[in-house]
Amino acid sequence: MPKDNSTVEGGIGAATTRREDIRFLTGEGQYTDDINLTGQAHAVFARSDVANGVIKSIDTTAAEAMPGVLAIFTGEDFVEVGGNPAGWLINSRDGEPMKEPKRPVLAHGKVRHVGDAYAAVIAETKQQARDAVEALEVEIEELPAVIDMASAIEGGGLVHDEIDTNICFDWGWIEDNRAATDEAIKNAPHVTTLELVNNRLVPNAMEPRASTADYNPGTDEYTLYTTSQNPHLTRLLISAFVLGIPENKLRVVAPDVGGGFGSKIYHYGEEALVLAAAKKLKRPVKWTATRSEAFLTDAHGRDHVTKIELACEKDGTFIAFRTETMANVGAYLSNFSTATPTFLHGTLMAGNYTVPNVYVNVKAVFTNTAPVDAYRGAGRPEATYSIERIIDMTARELGMDPVELRRKNFVKPDQYPFASAAGLEYDSGNYDRQMDKLEKMIDREGFAARRAESEAKGKLRGLGVNAYIEACGIAPSNLVGVLGSRVGLYDAATVRVNATGNLSVMVGAHSHGQGHETAFPQVVADMLGIEAASIDIVHGDTAKIPFGMGTYGSRSLAVCGSAVVRATEKIIAKAKKIAAHMLEASDADIELKDGQFSVAGTDKSVSFGEVALKAYIPHQFPIEDIEPGLEETAFYDPANFTYPSGAYACEVEVDPETGKVTVERFAAADDFGNIINPMIVTGQVHGGLGQGIGQALVEQTAYDSDGQLLSASYMDYAMPRADDLPFYQVDHDDGTPCTHNPLGVKGCGEAGAIGSPPTVVNAVVDALQSGGHEVTHVDMPLTPSRVWSAMQG
Amino acid sequence: MYDFEMIRPTTIADAVAALGDEDAQALGGGQTLIPTLKQRLAMPSTLVSLGAISEMRGVCMSDAGEVCVGGATPHAVVAAEATAYPGLAALAGHIGDPAVRNRGTVGGSLANNDPSACYPAAALASGALIITNTREIAADDYFQGMFTTALEEGEIITEVRFPVPEMSHYEKFVQPASRFALVGVMVAKFADGVRVAVTGASEEGVYRWTEAEAALSDDFSAGALADLTVSSDGMISDLHGSGDYRAHLVKVMTGRAVTAAA
Repeated sequence: MPKDNSTVEGGIGAATTRREDIRFLTGEGQYTDDINLTGQAHAVFARSDVANGVIKSIDTTAAEAMPGVLAIFTGEDFVEVGGNPAGWLINSRDGEPMKEPKRPVLAHGKVRHVGDAYAAVIAETKQQARDAVEALEVEIEELPAVIDMASAIEGGGLVHDEIDTNICFDWGWIEDNRAATDEAIKNAPHVTTLELVNNRLVPNAMEPRASTADYNPGTDEYTLYTTSQNPHLTRLLISAFVLGIPENKLRVVAPDVGGGFGSKIYHYGEEALVLAAAKKLKRPVKWTATRSEAFLTDAHGRDHVTKIELACEKDGTFIAFRTETMANVGAYLSNFSTATPTFLHGTLMAGNYTVPNVYVNVKAVFTNTAPVDAYRGAGRPEATYSIERIIDMTARELGMDPVELRRKNFVKPDQYPFASAAGLEYDSGNYDRQMDKLEKMIDREGFAARRAESEAKGKLRGLGVNAYIEACGIAPSNLVGVLGSRVGLYDAATVRVNATGNLSVMVGAHSHGQGHETAFPQVVADMLGIEAASIDIVHGDTAKIPFGMGTYGSRSLAVCGSAVVRATEKIIAKAKKIAAHMLEASDADIELKDGQFSVAGTDKSVSFGEVALKAYIPHQFPIEDIEPGLEETAFYDPANFTYPSGAYACEVEVDPETGKVTVERFAAADDFGNIINPMIVTGQVHGGLGQGIGQALVEQTAYDSDGQLLSASYMDYAMPRADDLPFYQVDHDDGTPCTHNPLGVKGCGEAGAIGSPPTVVNAVVDALQSGGHEVTHVDMPLTPSRVWSAMQG
Repeated sequence: MYDFEMIRPTTIADAVAALGDEDAQALGGGQTLIPTLKQRLAMPSTLVSLGAISEMRGVCMSDAGEVCVGGATPHAVVAAEATAYPGLAALAGHIGDPAVRNRGTVGGSLANNDPSACYPAAALASGALIITNTREIAADDYFQGMFTTALEEGEIITEVRFPVPEMSHYEKFVQPASRFALVGVMVAKFADGVRVAVTGASEEGVYRWTEAEAALSDDFSAGALADLTVSSDGMISDLHGSGDYRAHLVKVMTGRAVTAAA
């Protein structure tokens, strides 16, 4: 369904402005904290201010006597309920299953990171609850904190006493390829080695997490309003694992959500707490995180320490990639935390290249820090960063042009489907074409002149390039089941045609910035030949939508969008039957074009609206052949991942006196397959680039050796701002369509955050080398002080 | 926050009287105090807002040619109205963001004496006179270390008088997150010599770099600094930069300030 075939205004390929932005920009959005229920009480959590400690006692007597206090919960109250599980079971190289300590609703026995909640007070007002938290008499015996991953592995204290190690798993991918890879590297004419850090990030969604629970004692039904990217998944986790509330008694509503970037995929203990409190008190209970709580308790991202080797021939032909990575999972396993450093990372370690040998070793490590999980890109940024940094270093060592070295090893267009050495089958792509485009966009030929201009101003200028591939559209349930996933990763849509001809489309995907409310109707409008304005998307409420797995991993359009297509195809098939009946013709002769059902080769037709009306007012209707109504549901499970790819370049200036880096130009040539709404895609790329450049230059999450988060507010944690970023050149035209989903789409939500960090670092190293500094690598974020220190040697 | 009373007196005398109560706290623009209260790190019984005292707001010229700024004057007003002292106006116009500049006040900044704030550098480099409800304090006597000043309990900065230099410039290298000064240097050239004040760098708060003053008084050019070195002893060392880095930046920013001023 390529865009150029569209004849529908506002259909596929139209750069329609986002309809949801009207309510967001006029303050009419309805976020979780905007929902206030009659009689609601407020929850405030007591959180550990030490990173590791034994809870000796919690005396609630004084707090219970405080004004307005309704209930106090501690970890003791949740001993009988389940833990919040990890969604993927990873086996270590020796076949042993990963260590999976219980993650309780509230800490019990021990606190394991600063911010770990060990009690909660429910009171009439938030202020009263906060006062009572301060009145809790708590004795916590502080223990030495386990912060640094290397020392966590080597010994020292244990994060979880019930397991005798801080290593969650020691995973090899692909273990059977290990010996061959080792041998290939041993015999290779050239081997480059690089140790790097993929820096830990705090997600910083604009809207902090919030949850409000309501309980109806008459029906024993619960409603949870919560900041979630996937309400059905949250319901499943609470019902099947944590509280045991029957799924049919729990409604989860994720209304407008102000950004997630992964951090709102996961179920958190606060959700379970407010549900339990609402039942106990028979009153709604509300909690909204402060920004400080967000810093301390939202699942962080990245935090890998990696040693990577690239072996190649003297001419630059790649022979092998081998990596050893320590991946920080923090104090507890968050829901996707075991998948992110493994299958979302290791499987991409062949990059865009025909390299024959790849071996990846990942040790996941418990530390006394906030849990770490998927954050925009989730594993693929870590893979891309390692690969693309070392390729740049290899190019320098071999004296080769970094673009030519990449081109030499690219998978070529005639090699698809291509089985990568890391175990995936890439279905389509054209990396050389992306690189051709990129070299023009960045005006590579003009770089020397621009460098000379910078040098005339006393600045160093560098050019960095990068090629990336990622895996989106997660995921084929059959495949991920083999890889250890405990859930399926299909999605679902229900298309409801109303009697008056407008449509409600209920989708399992959740929109929290992605623009689904605009893009999905474009697909349906295109297929039906009706205006998109008559189609509304319904999402985020388990009482309204079919069971879908939500939005992350750039999966919404590729997976849920495909379900929308399948459901709409069913609508068309049924509508044709109805039209055939109305036109006294055979189903097979009915054609749908521009919203009209017509009998092929005649001028007889009925409109889509007339068919819809007939479906709901079935007078003279062949009820023996066709049911009344016009509503269809489809579940879609993809056949493969999708493989967006691209080539990025940027130019930076470095002030040699201060180390300050400025990104002067940035070009992104992406292949997202077919495009539904190019304006939204451009926006997604811009956002991803902002976060990727933020990771590369400014975002620094630092714990001290006691486990105190040093960057726990915007006074110390830098977010990229408009003046940190250049105007971007982006191009995503003429992509190679995905071959296995009906729209030919690949996903665009994370690409910018995946491709940009190595691009920036490559450019900075290029700049420093141009100034005569023998700097081969600087760890992110490339803050002025770090770059200056690197220049000092 | 904890509960507190809030009063908005309209005269200095009423404000001083109100601050006589135990646990009363003066509120300027609130750019430091309000976040502190939100974190429950302070528990004043009464906040005495100085924002409604009209005699403490605005910019004017004294007969001696000094720029006089009311203690409760927001940065944005100084940026717009201190045209007789362009270096000061530019400094004020680059503090924080527009929201900060329309709330934060010169009196609040100087009373707080954050080691990374901009205004202390302006006051010290200008040799400003800090006028309170009880006395006049020379800038050289006023700053007494990080978050420490000559102010007594309950004393209010009602006005700051800035002598206008022949040439001046404030060069700020921002901390990436807060955008406070990682190192900021104000250089002011007067007929009788040059004053150089450094903020952001020292564990002792704002200070004068006297070696640079001497060198620049002889030769007001960045080249005059070439032979000077800045020790990293006593420099702040944190997530955003080591003491060595800050010491290095002091010299770089001073040179840039001189070049921009000249």
